[in-house]
Amino acid sequence: MSDLRVLVLRAAGINCDEEVMHCWQLAGASPTLMHVNELAKNPSIIDDFTIVTIPGGFSYGDDLGAGVILARRLMQDVAKPLRQLVERGGGILGICNGFQVLVKMGLLPGQDFGNDQVTVTYNNSSKFEARWVKLKVCTANCPFLNSKDNALLELPIEHAEGKVVTADAEVVAKLEKAGQIAVRYVDSEGRSDTYPANPNGSTSGIAGLCDATGRVFGLMPHPDRHFDNAHHPQWTKRDSAITPDGLTIFNNAVRFWKK
Amino acid sequence: MFRYMLYYTAFRPQRIREGYTLTGTDVMQTKERASNRWSIRIYPRTDAMDGLGRAVLDDIRQLILTHIEAVRTSRIYLIRGNITASNAQQLATQLFADPVSERFEIADSLTDRTDHNNVIEVQALPGVMDPVALSAEQAIRRQLEHNNDNTTPNVEVRTARRYEILGAKDADELERIASSNLANSCMEAWYIQAPGRADALPEDFPTPPTRPFELRHIAIRELDDDQLKKLSRTGHLFLSLEEMKTIQTFYRDLNREPTDLELETLAQTWSEHCVHKTLKSAVDYEGDDFGKPGQVRAHFDNLLKETIVKATTVLDRDWCLSVFVDNAGVIAFDDLWGIAFKAETQNHPSAIEPYGGAATGTGGCIRDVMGCGLGAKPIASTDVFCLAPPDFDANKLPKDVLHPRRVLKGVVGGVRDYGNRMGIPTVNGAIYFDERYLANPLVFCGCVGLIPRKFIDKAPRPGDKIVVAGGRTGRDGIHGATFSSAELTDTHANEFSHAVQIGNAIEEKKLLDAQLLARDHEDGCLYSSVTDCGAGGLSSAVGEMGELTGADVELKNVPLKYSGLRYDEIWISEAQERMVYSVPPDKIEKFLALFAQEDVEATVIGDFTDDKILRVRYDDTIVCQLDMAFLHDGLPRTIRKATWTAIKPQASPNEPRASARADAQSQSNSPNDITPHNDQLLAALSEWSTASKEWVIRQYDHEVQGRSVIKPLAGPLTGPSDAAVVRPIYTSKQGIAIGCGLCPQLDDDPYWMAIYAIDEALRNIICVGANPKRTAILDNFCWPKVDTEQSMGTLVRACRGACDAAITYGLPFISGKDSLNNEFTMSDAESARTGLPKSIAIPPTLLISALGIVDDTARCLTMDLKSAGNVLAIASADIRQSDLATALALHNQVAALIAAGKVQSAHDVSDGGLAVALAEMCIASGLGINATVSTGDYPHDLFGEPSTTYVLEMNEKDANDAGLPIIGRVVAEPNLVITHDNREVINLNIEKLAHAWRTPLSQGGGQS
Repeated sequence: MSDLRVLVLRAAGINCDEEVMHCWQLAGASPTLMHVNELAKNPSIIDDFTIVTIPGGFSYGDDLGAGVILARRLMQDVAKPLRQLVERGGGILGICNGFQVLVKMGLLPGQDFGNDQVTVTYNNSSKFEARWVKLKVCTANCPFLNSKDNALLELPIEHAEGKVVTADAEVVAKLEKAGQIAVRYVDSEGRSDTYPANPNGSTSGIAGLCDATGRVFGLMPHPDRHFDNAHHPQWTKRDSAITPDGLTIFNNAVRFWKK
Repeated sequence: MFRYMLYYTAFRPQRIREGYTLTGTDVMQTKERASNRWSIRIYPRTDAMDGLGRAVLDDIRQLILTHIEAVRTSRIYLIRGNITASNAQQLATQLFADPVSERFEIADSLTDRTDHNNVIEVQALPGVMDPVALSAEQAIRRQLEHNNDNTTPNVEVRTARRYEILGAKDADELERIASSNLANSCMEAWYIQAPGRADALPEDFPTPPTRPFELRHIAIRELDDDQLKKLSRTGHLFLSLEEMKTIQTFYRDLNREPTDLELETLAQTWSEHCVHKTLKSAVDYEGDDFGKPGQVRAHFDNLLKETIVKATTVLDRDWCLSVFVDNAGVIAFDDLWGIAFKAETQNHPSAIEPYGGAATGTGGCIRDVMGCGLGAKPIASTDVFCLAPPDFDANKLPKDVLHPRRVLKGVVGGVRDYGNRMGIPTVNGAIYFDERYLANPLVFCGCVGLIPRKFIDKAPRPGDKIVVAGGRTGRDGIHGATFSSAELTDTHANEFSHAVQIGNAIEEKKLLDAQLLARDHEDGCLYSSVTDCGAGGLSSAVGEMGELTGADVELKNVPLKYSGLRYDEIWISEAQERMVYSVPPDKIEKFLALFAQEDVEATVIGDFTDDKILRVRYDDTIVCQLDMAFLHDGLPRTIRKATWTAIKPQASPNEPRASARADAQSQSNSPNDITPHNDQLLAALSEWSTASKEWVIRQYDHEVQGRSVIKPLAGPLTGPSDAAVVRPIYTSKQGIAIGCGLCPQLDDDPYWMAIYAIDEALRNIICVGANPKRTAILDNFCWPKVDTEQSMGTLVRACRGACDAAITYGLPFISGKDSLNNEFTMSDAESARTGLPKSIAIPPTLLISALGIVDDTARCLTMDLKSAGNVLAIASADIRQSDLATALALHNQVAALIAAGKVQSAHDVSDGGLAVALAEMCIASGLGINATVSTGDYPHDLFGEPSTTYVLEMNEKDANDAGLPIIGRVVAEPNLVITHDNREVINLNIEKLAHAWRTPLSQGGGQS
């Protein structure tokens, strides 16, 4: 079996690299962990990889806003090879802080939108919140997601700045039409506007977005914290044979790119 | 003077280049202009997007200023450096303002703003750590370098916060809001603009004073006793007269006077914080016997060694890999790995600045684990707070004491922001409320680390380089170690503001990343020893590391945050996020290169020597030359007398806690005959210490690293977990359980208090599946002043209780810490005004933290009820009536049943007794219980807090086979029904139970 090479980035304050590395390994990919300082010295190394992952954390303390400093660094140093990665059919996965970085870079929702149409900002509660959420897969366009098998995913969120905001309602309609709303928070009745099912007040319940190709995908919830059944809060009374929803996302990607 | 300002009311990027980059070219109407001073103010695009403003508004309304209508917040970047207006514009759009949710304004001065009415601006005092400013500086340099292709511009940044308070009546009201909610005078200044008041903002950055080097000696040889005492106090040395005299004799023999730095070094090293001299003193005890009636006399050569440490020595477990010698204790996990565990307190700083205190407490304990052996990787954190109730009458608050609600929010925020940013899950904790913690809140921070067993031993060798790495050294946190030996008074907030430290978690995360890479380097570990730079700063770190070798340090080489520090300030500064390494000369190059690659500053500041002398230089002038032997062994041993007699009759262990529950009991006497104890149960669930801590827990990331298996909230409807379980190794099903025990309410006899705390900690981890035969514990003593024979007696009794329980239960202590002098004294006038006693002492408080191996995490349990039809069995032993061995047998029986998979859920009976435990199991699951209380001492067996009691959900046969009494059954109907003597004494719907339990702390205790 050929290797699916995945580059996992780390930087000051990125703190989920260990579990993201483990998830890719469990899924059967070959991940490499690299500091952005090292990447900046040799940006073309991205050409050796099929997928780039930006894990969660508080990159550079989120001191100028969530993901801002890392986004600027990546724009300064590796914008071109990242764009080329997507052009040649590769993928980018941003989780939590990584999602914020992709949005602040303008990679999500992507070129058709510019980067003054969508942002990620403070939760309605204006504080950090940790809780498990239910996500509905809303696109058939994203290889990280399988809309048929896993219409509903259960993952934890842990963030203070996870509310997706759009410049206006038209942007939501446009995203919807383009199949770029990847996952939405839903409650037990399928609604996306109730708290705490929608934990941060995200517009239209948006929990994750993909770009027009579907191959750049970012989400606030953490698939990397549900790679084992014992992560699920109700695991002590759940069937232990179910594939954990977080791992499914990594598995989907491996299945797609190894084809 | 020419001034202009630019306002952008509807920023839109004008052009998009390369798909991602945006440039703003047409916004600059004025001619290009350079300035040395800029302010960029960022504010939410709409009021609806001002989440911070809403949070501040809620806080202000809790101050009873209910007429405040709204709060608008903004943040300001103050920039000094030669940049142009278009540079400033670029920075605002590219770095500072979010294009969708924010707007900005730029001024070419540090003082111009467009909002002038009813505003409060908060700026940090000179020298106070400002992580955002540091990040902004770096980002600005990088961005301008990138935009302009030029050399790195030299910029300095400060930040400010600004609040517009809509509806404020006058400047006095703004002053009150600023001082009670928005800023802390020990580290921040605020500027108010309102009708009748217009504080001028600083026009420039503060300039640190420069002081020429001058070596100072302190004349000590000729001082009399009174003068020695005075020197100890005014020099913030906090040494006793006897200790001062020992130092005096030492220098008389040397025929010279000490330098100020030598005296400081001795004071740091001999501080209560560093050597625990009270606990280690020789003690003659006379008083009540331990655990049995009668009187006894006992002598201890070293109290700590003959109680706490003795338990570990007697037990002699081969899985205890490192005990009491390092920054944390270590037990074996498997053949390759060890688990390090440490808990620390950060009490005095948290009293003055709760957020900074708790954050640096968390950061400090993490560094203890990083500084254990050659470095453990932190994998879990714990936090325990002891605070006054959030509904404390604000009018009775003594001067300079912060309101408990503010303390609660601050300490939670501190642990949250440090732990979450470090990426360490905060998995277990507790909050205990008692008015005696009003002026002395207790903040315990614990940290668990994973360490390869081969890295447990360390030692610097002569010739190794002394390297300091991490954050820079500033004037922050000077005298923290000696400060913790002082009693707080209402003047301390000002006198000790320099002891306040602000944490920068990302600096520590970088340091951790770099250290782990250096530890696991392909050439072998790049350093021979490491320790954290905590209390006492370099003085303690270098002094301890070099104890057996000697050390020679050049202070001029220590990287500083700003100029103007005196040599002694550099030496004792407790600036955060620093570690000290000993690095062999042949590895120093690789070590420094690796740290540089990780953006961590690492600097050689000296050498370890072989002459057992601590030599410190400043610019080559020797400022300290001290024998390591005197420094570490010169402290005079004291013999202390201790007595103890029960003052009040000992409360029966089954007695419900007096406190606020008295109200509930009087209510329960009301003629609600049908279910006489409904109200009492609801009141018990609403007790501050029992009520749901969900508001706190959800602010902590308890799942980062993907190791957490049993989390703090359990069940579909979230009840309180007894303990946490994490799996250190992803590929292994083996785990560790982490729990705690704390019983300050039993302060009528600290002997039993200690035993109950250990019993509670053990019960908690057994409930989730820990193996009691592979469990170790930590002690954290927080005591009031220990200056009388009776107060020394309380310490002796707690130590003996801890020792007796640890030995019988087979639970070795592996590490510990104490914090004494938790007392607050106010003036007579304040005492009269507030109606509080002149001196408020905390109750003696012993926190026991337990760490147990879980053999198979698949057998772990949560405390929520699992299915209707199961029975509820009680496993109980009364340790005051029987002996500890009987209780141990019970613990082992429960653990064995859980390990055999015979238990579906387990819950410890503690605060609020059996009724509360059953209610919590219902609340967590949504299932009901029908129970009958038929034996025992009704109604005390419902609400009393016995020792060693578990509720176990089992199938009926398993419970009968185990010979455990069955008290009820799980039912599908969502009601808790308890029957006594054929009549319902409690019948409550789960929703009602949950409401009572969840409401008190749902908003940080502000909704009471």
